[in-house]
Amino acid sequence: MDFQFTEEQLLLRKTVRDFAEKEILPATGDMERGMFPREILGKMATLGLMGITIPETYGGAGLDFTAYVIAVHEISKASATIGVILSVHSSVGTAPILYFGSEAQKQKYLPKLASGEYLGAFCLTEAEAGSDAKNLKTKAVKQGGHYVLNGSKMFITNGGEADTYIVFARTEDGNITAFIIEKTMPGFRTGKDEKKMGLHGSKTVQLHFENLQVPAENRLGEEGEGFKIAMAVLDAGRIGIAAQALGIAEGAYELALQYAKNRRQFGKPIHAFEGTGFKLADMATNIEASKLLVYRSAFLRSNGLGCKKEAAMAKLLASQTAVDTAIEAVQIFGGYGYTKDYPVERFMRDAKITQIYEGTSEIQRIVISNQLLREKRL
Amino acid sequence: MDFRLSEEHEMIRKMVRDFAVKEVAPTAAERDENERFDRSIFDRMAALGLPGIPWPEQYGGIGSDFLAYCIAVEELSRVCASTGVTLSAHTSLASWPLFKFGTEEQKQKYLVPLARGEKIGAYGLTEPGSGSDAGAMVTTARREGDHYVLNGSKIFITNGGVADIYIVFALTDPKSKHHGTSAFIIEKDFPGFSTGKKEKKMGIRASTTTEIIFDNVMVPAENRLGEEGQGFKIAMMTLDGGRNGIAAQAVGIAQGALDAAAAYAKERKQFGKPIAANQGVSFKLADMATAVEAARLLTYQAAWLESNGLPYGKESAMSKLFAGDTAMKVTTEAVQIFGGYGYTKDYPVERFMRDAKITQIYEGTQEIQRLVISRMLTRD
Repeated sequence: MDFQFTEEQLLLRKTVRDFAEKEILPATGDMERGMFPREILGKMATLGLMGITIPETYGGAGLDFTAYVIAVHEISKASATIGVILSVHSSVGTAPILYFGSEAQKQKYLPKLASGEYLGAFCLTEAEAGSDAKNLKTKAVKQGGHYVLNGSKMFITNGGEADTYIVFARTEDGNITAFIIEKTMPGFRTGKDEKKMGLHGSKTVQLHFENLQVPAENRLGEEGEGFKIAMAVLDAGRIGIAAQALGIAEGAYELALQYAKNRRQFGKPIHAFEGTGFKLADMATNIEASKLLVYRSAFLRSNGLGCKKEAAMAKLLASQTAVDTAIEAVQIFGGYGYTKDYPVERFMRDAKITQIYEGTSEIQRIVISNQLLREKRL
Repeated sequence: MDFRLSEEHEMIRKMVRDFAVKEVAPTAAERDENERFDRSIFDRMAALGLPGIPWPEQYGGIGSDFLAYCIAVEELSRVCASTGVTLSAHTSLASWPLFKFGTEEQKQKYLVPLARGEKIGAYGLTEPGSGSDAGAMVTTARREGDHYVLNGSKIFITNGGVADIYIVFALTDPKSKHHGTSAFIIEKDFPGFSTGKKEKKMGIRASTTTEIIFDNVMVPAENRLGEEGQGFKIAMMTLDGGRNGIAAQAVGIAQGALDAAAAYAKERKQFGKPIAANQGVSFKLADMATAVEAARLLTYQAAWLESNGLPYGKESAMSKLFAGDTAMKVTTEAVQIFGGYGYTKDYPVERFMRDAKITQIYEGTQEIQRLVISRMLTRD
């Protein structure tokens, strides 16, 4: 065992942390008011962050999955909005092409996604197909050298802003098939822009496909392989969201810690009261526990080892920790924490989604208990 | 980073697990019921080298590390928390301060037989008026020539009565409190040393917990551990590592309860299907398993840090806090999954639940862990 980051990982963390402080923090106010952070994503691309795990031959940085997790974790400490944009772009917008794409698809899309010229998105959820993803209704009918897609997708992160979309639709045999769709394809339309509790500045939209013609060469994997692809990338995706949750928890905790040191009541800093000091201890302990689960699943994934159960555990605990920690951080700030003058209320609103997307906490519990009950026990 | 156990650690886990299942588990319920400490189990552990896992061979150990030690405590506790704490108190509380602060003569004389398991160790800090407030002790050690004369008593001493060697803390300068505390190595045969009340406990009943009494015990000056006035520091540093042994015990208890509950949930049928097919049960199992994994990683991290000479005080307090709470929650839920059967002595989960509670109390209550952690967090 070795619980320490390597020198390279520490260097990456420092680079991302510095970037987040200099470039992301100052923009959080604008993002809260709805600005999509195009400019920041461009700067992140310059640093290589938009294609961290993509091999250098396809224009990426060629680093491992742990490096990606470090980036999402550090960025989310400053802004969960940028964290989710990066996570969706990488884990579920780009990775499916790397793992399941043909050489031609990789050549065509990966360099643009890795360089940040393109932004990626992932379209699985529909109005009637949330946790029950298999229930999706979007249709793909093969006509000559094309598939014709009809249907609607819900809650699409990066929707409208993204250039490419990994879309899941039902082919004529009733099976689910994956496609790479470009925003510029005729019949692609962006619908309702959701107003959300948190993650302001990130886009979450409905998408409509109206006789959208997709060239057959844009089918990802074989016909009927779609569900397998979706589940495989979500395993990795949920590690990304777990890293985002970890970042949110740490961001809120660090603010609360500073405040508890500075804020004086009854003649002493409030951390000196056990009511506050013990809260900080619990927050830090839960964060440490979450961090170990997150980085262990990243380590397993980086080394090609199975991590289905571990990834689900990481997301389950880290998202619970994010919510608990952010709520307690607002509590430590008291009345000030409830105002927009301090960023802790933003962390509290942002935290909640980590228990919902890329598999709700309830779905994580199903994944974990299925794995657990399958394991042979003494 | 590397989250895999080395082959050596995997081997130790397998060895201790086999031993625990074959030699410890069969009598666990009976020893619990009869409050029976079984020295022969300790002797068999000694044959495997378990009492001296982290100590170099020159001191009678097997030359492994604190991670291996935690794995051993975990695996023993998975079937019997009493056996787990016996090894933990022996290693972390009695042998550790000898290794860290003992002179070469003291190590040869005391650490070697402890590491070989020829003798059992214990630690005497707590007093009736001095629990979490360890600085409030009143046991005294008065210097007389080349001896110290100890008077007072200690309570809640794990391995009390069965231990041969006790690390005891007493005031050499009663006016200075913390700075007037010194540590001593006491043999059970020293005149004036006796064992008092044996506690009747809710759990860990197959381990002993007793009062120890010092009535003008003459301790040779060469049995002082460390310098005069160093005692409080020795006591606190010992507990920093000791609490990680308790975290390992808590992880073992929780894992044992989880294993039993998962197996039962698969077997037990109600409404025509295994109860594990209900989310009301399976989601409990998922939460239990997630907490156990996180607790284990925290515990291994702290043990790894100590093994590699890195600071581990905050991490071991976190591991004890998280693992103790996890053991309590997981064992309570395990009893719930077993329903009425779980409340009976026919199944081990009620024992796990009783055993779990102590991990939130000894070697620093959860409240003391939070105090330790929050002080470290807010220290600039």
